[in-house]
Amino acid sequence: MARSHKAPFWFLFAAGGTVVAFVLPVMVLVTGIAPTLGLFEGAMSFDAMSAFVGNWLVKIVLFGIITLALWHAAHRLRVVAHDFGIRADAPVAGTVYGLAALGTLLTAIALLGV
Amino acid sequence: MSERTIELEVLRYRPEQDSEPWFQTYKVSCPEEWVVLDALNYVKDELDRTLSYRWSCHMFVCGSCGMVIDGEPKLACKAFLRDYGNRIRIEPLANFPIERDLVIVMDDFMEKLESVKPYLIPKEEKSIDQGEYLQTPAQLKAYKQYSMCINCMLCYSACPQYGLAPEFIGPAALALAHRYNMDSRDVGRKAREDTVASHEGIWECSFVGACSEVCPKSVDPAGAIQQVKLTSAIDYFTSWLPGGGSR
Repeated sequence: MARSHKAPFWFLFAAGGTVVAFVLPVMVLVTGIAPTLGLFEGAMSFDAMSAFVGNWLVKIVLFGIITLALWHAAHRLRVVAHDFGIRADAPVAGTVYGLAALGTLLTAIALLGV
Repeated sequence: MSERTIELEVLRYRPEQDSEPWFQTYKVSCPEEWVVLDALNYVKDELDRTLSYRWSCHMFVCGSCGMVIDGEPKLACKAFLRDYGNRIRIEPLANFPIERDLVIVMDDFMEKLESVKPYLIPKEEKSIDQGEYLQTPAQLKAYKQYSMCINCMLCYSACPQYGLAPEFIGPAALALAHRYNMDSRDVGRKAREDTVASHEGIWECSFVGACSEVCPKSVDPAGAIQQVKLTSAIDYFTSWLPGGGSR
């Protein structure tokens, strides 16, 4: 039997799952919920955040978090399609991984633009 | 000893006379201490000798009496009547063809089991005079849990992936491949990897986890498959390096 090429996608899925489980809730709290409650007012200003994201280490970490979450979601959607009995794996995989690749590219462009 | 009357709704299918499966109800007065297998044995001995089902040990060792009891794959010898109501539905294992009544055709499972080479492949064969292949308690612990499988096929009945994609090698066979891969006396991982790391192998699993929930021996096949995915994914990357991987 031929070896499967799912391995690299599963690797991104597994890494993304870990990141999503541990980091994403904190990110949502810090960047989404806390500012609406009036917390970190000075730190979350446009100027402060621009300077923060301007740091290379921050860019690399943010790139990792965002893109791994995208690849995790893509693989999960591929599996969900399979679970719903959609036996058209190639087009489904092409679409979801294509979207994740596009998101990865846009993330890189956005971060490099800061 | 308290007794109550239980209605067993048993799936019947006798290919020579039934065009499709149907349910037959047997009323049995059962002591509360009985398991479903005791009730079936009562039916077979006293009420209807034509009922067919597999069983042997009556102590969850042989793995013969797997069936779907009230919608869940169970060993009939481990399904205590006290955990059920007064009407119990008994069907053969799902995802397999029915041979007769509660007896399923297990050829597909046997082929898949064979395909993962579930036996020790030692580095060099020793004669009996040369003695045992020694192992430390820690080396035994590495695989012992996965060696508890009794091939009862409850995990295949529970697995939605096996139901969707019958070519999937499935939980028990993959967990057994892992069992031998983890054995310090074994060097067969390369030989198993072409089957295990194929589309039909671990990569068909989407980690639903139902196999581990129904396993009567706490083997945790889902956990085993996840571990194999990690080592196979590492193989995949290192196989592009000189001298790397298990290709």
